[in-house]
Amino acid sequence: MIWRRITAWRAAPVGRREGARVSRAGLRDRYKAWLQHHRLSAADSMQRVLDNPVSSAMTWLVIGIALALPTGLNVALDNVSQLSANWDSPAQISLFLQDDISDQRARQLEQELAKRGDVAQTRFVSRQEALEEFRSLSGFADVLASLEDNPLPHLILVSPAGSTDQATAAALRDELQAYPDVAQAVLDMEWLQRLDSLMDLSRRLVLAVAGLLVVGVLLILGNTIRLAIESRREEIVIIKLVGGSNAFVRRPFLYTGLWYGVGGGFFAALLVAASLWFLRQPVSELALLYQSDFRLRGLGIMGGLNLFILGGLLGLAGAWLAVGRHLVEIQPR
Amino acid sequence: MISFDRVSKRYEQGHEALHEVSVNIGSDELVFITGHSGAGKTTLLRMIMLMERPSRGQVIIDGQNLAAIGPRGIPRHRRNIGVVFQNHRLLMDRTVYDNVALPLIIAGYDHRELGRRVRAALDKVGLLDRERAMPITLSGGEQQRVGIARAVVGKPKILLADEPTGNLDPALSAEIMRLFEEFNQVGVTVLIASHDLALISRLRHRIITLREGRLVSGSKP
Repeated sequence: MIWRRITAWRAAPVGRREGARVSRAGLRDRYKAWLQHHRLSAADSMQRVLDNPVSSAMTWLVIGIALALPTGLNVALDNVSQLSANWDSPAQISLFLQDDISDQRARQLEQELAKRGDVAQTRFVSRQEALEEFRSLSGFADVLASLEDNPLPHLILVSPAGSTDQATAAALRDELQAYPDVAQAVLDMEWLQRLDSLMDLSRRLVLAVAGLLVVGVLLILGNTIRLAIESRREEIVIIKLVGGSNAFVRRPFLYTGLWYGVGGGFFAALLVAASLWFLRQPVSELALLYQSDFRLRGLGIMGGLNLFILGGLLGLAGAWLAVGRHLVEIQPR
Repeated sequence: MISFDRVSKRYEQGHEALHEVSVNIGSDELVFITGHSGAGKTTLLRMIMLMERPSRGQVIIDGQNLAAIGPRGIPRHRRNIGVVFQNHRLLMDRTVYDNVALPLIIAGYDHRELGRRVRAALDKVGLLDRERAMPITLSGGEQQRVGIARAVVGKPKILLADEPTGNLDPALSAEIMRLFEEFNQVGVTVLIASHDLALISRLRHRIITLREGRLVSGSKP
């Protein structure tokens, strides 16, 4: 009986007598097996993550919060810049005319200005039009109705021609200020520029916060993976003893990191969407007060997808760091 | 097949585990290594597996000088050697089948070929009906046989065993030894470290005796 078994073993097709070795399985087979091990590792790691739902959910949440914070701030900034983009040409000079200027004279002045070489465009807003606009936009209709006469002056909006750097626009403003009919010339660029630099500053702050939080995520993931490695130390030793390469040992842990990262990205997208939903109502009420049809812009499908990808990449990177540090230490003793 | 040439191993603490050991083992041999604990049996086996490297001297396996194998070559080298451990070293959260399949998965076998080979190996050690069992539910002797199946499933040229009968009763030990003899009969070089002199002296194979790191007897067949 035993002898039959042994001879059957001896007659097996890839026996050592044919000179084949275990490490020389066919290239195609090895590729297929490699893919197979990826599938196995991915499924096994997923199973292990799901086997501990509470601790996994906590890891996901921590990563989710860390990713949601800069993402949310970025979405907010996008919304603000979307709002400010509605104000067209940043370099516009508002000419408030003297109170005693007639309609006719004001229109005449507008024509004159329009002929200037350094002026691209002019627009005349009469004091009546200005009042109407103010009434409809400001929400002070009742107060304005109680006024006996119109307190607003005529207005001419002047867009400078050519390149609108601040210096030339300011020079033009000074020239226009010198017109006797002009009470005040205001260059609108200044506060827009302030807003711009404020936005720039905010973006940089968000970037710095994001950088710190990314490092935090990497450390959290690294630590989680380190614990996973620690709990499977004996298994790793055995795999190394029977000839498992470092890549083979590394693979399941990389997938664990990937699942934690992708899950974290999902939670982050969820958190951002929830906060936007939470803010949507008051924002649209506020917009209504200003007679604006402004709507909060969300993350979008691409934004959500990017969060998934970012989370996954961070997961892989964190796992790679942990695995690189700890797997080398684990050697068969 | 296995050749030690004046191999010494001195640890950093100054303890000398092996001293100038020279021995040749042919490819058709089954050889026992014996000696008290601390005599260097395990060190000898660990050097073959590249778990350790000699301080002096050379180890040549199947024509290859082990000194030429770098860290990246170690996994490939180990895949050509089957090892049986005293404490079995099985994956306790995997089935018997998965444990035996591990070396083949590492080597990259197609899963059909893998199933065929795993069952052949389990059949040889008489555990074909236990492939779905978890190792924890098996007796010590059965666990050791799972370990042996895992060691031979890749059809290695060399089979090493470190105290394979250490925790087994005499009847089971004899059965395990018989299994090793069977593998030797089909051409596998078998090297067994054991201090069970009563058992191994009955089996009429070469016995290498080590004492305090020195080869006392058995250097020639």
